[in-house]
Amino acid sequence: MSKDHDHDYQPSDISLRVKAVESLLVEKGLIDREAIDRLVDAYENKIGPHNGARVVARAWCDPEFKKRLLADGTKAIAELGYTGIQGEDMVVVEHTANIHNMVVCTLCSCYPWPTLGLPPNWYKAAPYRSRAVIDPRGVLKEFGVDIPESTEVRVWDSNAELRYLVLPSRPEGTEKLSESDLAKLVTRDSMIGVGLPKTSA
Amino acid sequence: MNGIHDLGGRHGMGPIDIDPEQPIFHAEWERRMFGMFILAFAGGHFNIDQFRSAIEQMQPSRYLESDYYEHWLHSLETWCIKNGSLTEEEIDQRMKKLAEGAP
Repeated sequence: MSKDHDHDYQPSDISLRVKAVESLLVEKGLIDREAIDRLVDAYENKIGPHNGARVVARAWCDPEFKKRLLADGTKAIAELGYTGIQGEDMVVVEHTANIHNMVVCTLCSCYPWPTLGLPPNWYKAAPYRSRAVIDPRGVLKEFGVDIPESTEVRVWDSNAELRYLVLPSRPEGTEKLSESDLAKLVTRDSMIGVGLPKTSA
Repeated sequence: MNGIHDLGGRHGMGPIDIDPEQPIFHAEWERRMFGMFILAFAGGHFNIDQFRSAIEQMQPSRYLESDYYEHWLHSLETWCIKNGSLTEEEIDQRMKKLAEGAP
């Protein structure tokens, strides 16, 4: 291990240390405090799984859109206005009668920000990252999802360039729902593949 | 690099903490760290591969024990120190000042 930059501070100092770094970078004119506020507000309140839910609901209602979505995720998702950082190269994977998909980032926390927002904490933590690839069915059970042995489980490992979005199956009995009502059934976890869409709002 | 970050397939990392009520940020410093990362990235202080590379070279026990956004702080500091935007000494001094109640 290189010793050039050791960071021997205590965890209790972390808040103070972040404050110190921020105040220095602001003082040097390298970052803008209000810009941090705006970014935090955007990712805490505006950009989230409701974006991805709209994409899924559109795919459920519009077969042509669905074709475009599976052929070129980035381009089709951009039709709904969701573009930008951490969503530059999107691949959409569809559940079928025989295939269940789930997404992980074993190396870090790569996640499609424009469609799902920032990842939940378990997605970034060691237990999910380590186990999703060796015991996906066990992991799914922990999330309350029981996949029959006859269904193939495909685990997609994201990376810094490429992000996955799961296209879950449209729940039965929702034929009469509008696109916007359908979007309400689409949960964050169902687009990561560790949950299923709700069957009624 | 086959480092500690390469967690896929490891055993013994414990149960998954599935709490649907967990907030995106747990503390104000996490919010600030997140925002600083985007701005420093946009400002060209590092690219995404460099950012991850610094995290992947963290001391392994520290990597596993520290908070997620602490990894980000580690990387941001690493690159800002490398490019001369920050020094270890000024961070230490600023922390002391802030601890003494400076605004």
